[in-house]
Amino acid sequence: MRAESPGHRDVRPSSDRPGRITPESMEFRTRIHGRGGQGVVTAAELLSVAAFLEGRHAQAFPTFGSERTGAPVVSFCRISDRPIRVREPITEPHAVIVQDATLLRQIDVLSGLRPDGHVLINSTRTPEELGVSCWTIPASEIALRHVGRPLPNAVLLGGFCAVTGLLLLESVQAAIREAFPGPIAEANVAAAGEAYTYLREVVRA
Amino acid sequence: MLRQMEGSQAVAETVALCRPEVVCAYPISPQTHIVEALSRLVTSGRLAPCEYVNVESEFAALSACVGASAAGARVYTATASQGLLYMTEALYNASGLGLPIVMTVANRAIGAPINIWNDHSDSMSQRDSGWIQLYAESNQEAVDLHVQAYALAEELSLPVMVCMDGFVLTHAFERVDLPARDQVDAFLPPYEPRQVLDPGDPVSIGAMVGPEAFTEVRYLAHIRHLEALERIPALAGAFEREFGRESGGLVRGYRTEDADTVVLALGSVLGTVKDVVDELRESGVRIGAAGLTTFRPFPAHAVRGLLGSVRRVVVLERAFAVGVGGIVSADVRSALADGGGEVFTVVAGLGGRPVTKASLRRALTADLEPLTFLDLDRELLAGELRRAGAKRRSGPSAENMLRDLAGGG
Amino acid sequence: MPAQRTRFYQVGSFAVGNRLLPPERRSVQAAPDRGNALTSGHRACRGCGEALGARYAVDAAISATGGRLIVVNATGCLEVFSTPYPETSWQVPWIHSLFGNAPAVATGVAAALKVKGRADVRVVAQGGDGGTVDIGFACLSGMFERDDDVLYICYDNQAYMNTGVQRSGATPPAARTATTPVPGNAFGQGKNVPLIAMAHEIPYVATATVADLRDLEHKVRRAMEFRGARYLHVLVPCPLGWVTAACDTIRVARLATESGLFPVFEAERGDVTGVTKIRRRVPVDDYLRLQGRYAHLFGDPPRTEVIARIQASADRAIRRFGLVD
Repeated sequence: MRAESPGHRDVRPSSDRPGRITPESMEFRTRIHGRGGQGVVTAAELLSVAAFLEGRHAQAFPTFGSERTGAPVVSFCRISDRPIRVREPITEPHAVIVQDATLLRQIDVLSGLRPDGHVLINSTRTPEELGVSCWTIPASEIALRHVGRPLPNAVLLGGFCAVTGLLLLESVQAAIREAFPGPIAEANVAAAGEAYTYLREVVRA
Repeated sequence: MLRQMEGSQAVAETVALCRPEVVCAYPISPQTHIVEALSRLVTSGRLAPCEYVNVESEFAALSACVGASAAGARVYTATASQGLLYMTEALYNASGLGLPIVMTVANRAIGAPINIWNDHSDSMSQRDSGWIQLYAESNQEAVDLHVQAYALAEELSLPVMVCMDGFVLTHAFERVDLPARDQVDAFLPPYEPRQVLDPGDPVSIGAMVGPEAFTEVRYLAHIRHLEALERIPALAGAFEREFGRESGGLVRGYRTEDADTVVLALGSVLGTVKDVVDELRESGVRIGAAGLTTFRPFPAHAVRGLLGSVRRVVVLERAFAVGVGGIVSADVRSALADGGGEVFTVVAGLGGRPVTKASLRRALTADLEPLTFLDLDRELLAGELRRAGAKRRSGPSAENMLRDLAGGG
Repeated sequence: MPAQRTRFYQVGSFAVGNRLLPPERRSVQAAPDRGNALTSGHRACRGCGEALGARYAVDAAISATGGRLIVVNATGCLEVFSTPYPETSWQVPWIHSLFGNAPAVATGVAAALKVKGRADVRVVAQGGDGGTVDIGFACLSGMFERDDDVLYICYDNQAYMNTGVQRSGATPPAARTATTPVPGNAFGQGKNVPLIAMAHEIPYVATATVADLRDLEHKVRRAMEFRGARYLHVLVPCPLGWVTAACDTIRVARLATESGLFPVFEAERGDVTGVTKIRRRVPVDDYLRLQGRYAHLFGDPPRTEVIARIQASADRAIRRFGLVD
């Protein structure tokens, strides 16, 4: 993300919002898997900005390597109501987002997932077809329709909001608007909104 | 202003607020985002007046900084790892000539084997170069240290390197309070060099000094570093008054008051260490942490003051002296020599291996050897040592291990 | 009778300026108010070509810039003999950093002057062949490539003289040095930095020698008319390293040009714009015989095939640059 930030909106977490941070760890840990070029790093950064806009502390970072499209990439995001000091990779995530379902065969993307953890996978298939206990959403297809490119990251973040209830969709959308120029931002905002609406229905059902 | 941003971007924005007049840039992972951001700031006019020079090597980067600084400009460059080594000759030249250059070192391991990930071997290898070395615990501190670094450098006529962990800090998105322009301007007056290349008042800089005077010149450098030990806390205090937060200084304690064991460390690993300290305190262990911000000059007096009565001091290092042991540990041991506690060295995080809370907890709750390499893969090593014992072969260990694993001879 | 261009040759080192010439055509050294950048008291060897060349070159630069000049010097003879701490013979602002970084330091000085709105102050970087052709080559090329506003002057005495006459990338074939003992330096090696400079297509490249000091001054002043990267390569014989008589420095330099071994020319943006024709061509023997570093070619039996190869390279240079009509 290279866009200049105009500063944060002063949004405090409100008690009637369903955001939950588990009591024992006081931090919500998300791990995002994908391939180079799919915006995996940006996804974690957007999550962290969304949390920041809600007045929370957040830390986002990727596994690091030389630039190479197509290679497996992992990024991490910690969100907490207290300052975050630890700096190790996330081995016990509360949520896992998989931007590229082909990774399921290659990498143990669910490694360390907490028993009550959430899994969101970018796929046109159902969880049953994937053989994984998770939520699925055809994020690349939704992105293609709105943005014109199969970049699933913003879409998945909208879905993340619906699935975890951790952040407001509006926060994620504000983060998107800070990161991208006008028309691209709006397209991603709309795509995230569609994912949110879609998954909120699925979650309720 | 509070922002959620990448460490590199935060540093670049802050360096820009310090109004460098010449920026010399050569890219090396993991510093690239800093120099890229600065180039955008210069091109867009947000950092002006400033000459941004794309140089052909790190040696050229620091050399161009030497020239620009000697001509009276405030300058900036950044590097890491191999790049720092490549400019080594210029490092000593800059400090010997008393030029107040500020440079970011995005700490990264040194090859061979080539490794682009974080550890402290690069800046540690240059600990005797005559540069002041400051280590940032967080991106907030990295930002703050650059402002303090310019003030310190220009007061003392000494170059300063601000060390921040490569990738772990440079590429992490976290909350940062960026200083305001007028705050930095108030804290940092324009650069007024003592000796400058000026046709109106010619001087010759860089003469050869023979045996009759060299010792005195070097002694003066030593004195200036000792002076820095006074100025650094004073500047940190002034910074706190102006910007409203504690940042910089020599060494800071965390829950050390009644500690039986204190873990001393530099850089970002301190965050993880503090979490471990809190967790162990919960289970009744009297443990604390000490964050060393200034490594050169080494604040022996301050370290002794903080740790002199602690029974066990565990120095957690992200580099080591091959064939010897800890680097920072040696200075700590020296500082605590008179009546201080026992000093243990834990080498961790080499070449970017994550330092985890679990590993630290295990190490700190066990009996420590004088020298421990955290998370060593003893199985892999046992095999290799066995084979090497049976048949010696020259060449790099990394490649030899692979050959042996593949069943070759 | 058509007007004839009169050339004033140096004889030994005494003929300096000339009262018969109009002031603007006189040597800078003839002016009582010359910069005298490299003043007396330096510790150069007697007959040092570099001290002679540097004095003329930097004073010409001062004259061309009205004294608004900063000089960056690489490690080497010139730096060492001119600044024996606590003394200095430089009367200009002068900085010595390292061996291989003079072009980069100069880049930095030029950048600082530019940002401070003092681009009226010009920058000269200078060094020997070692610091230019070998260890400083990357920085030199970088400065060229960026077209930084620096005039770089290389004083070429064809070896690392200050450290005891070791071979450099500018050492000619068959020359004896401390690291190329008899039979001397190999053929087929070496860098032609003036041509490399031209390949960077920088505004101005020229060669000169201390045999024609007026020409050297002219080229420095010409160079100062340009902005951007400029390169001047000056042949400066070294009595110690070349094993020549101290009084033969200028004579040997002239023989280098008159034999064709050292072409004297100017170029702009990669194209040769002028050459100094050889007035009276000499065989390379005349040049080589004066120098002890080639003495092994003239032993018993003489190495005629080596001399012939050297002659062939002189012939090629003459053809290539059109030095003889």
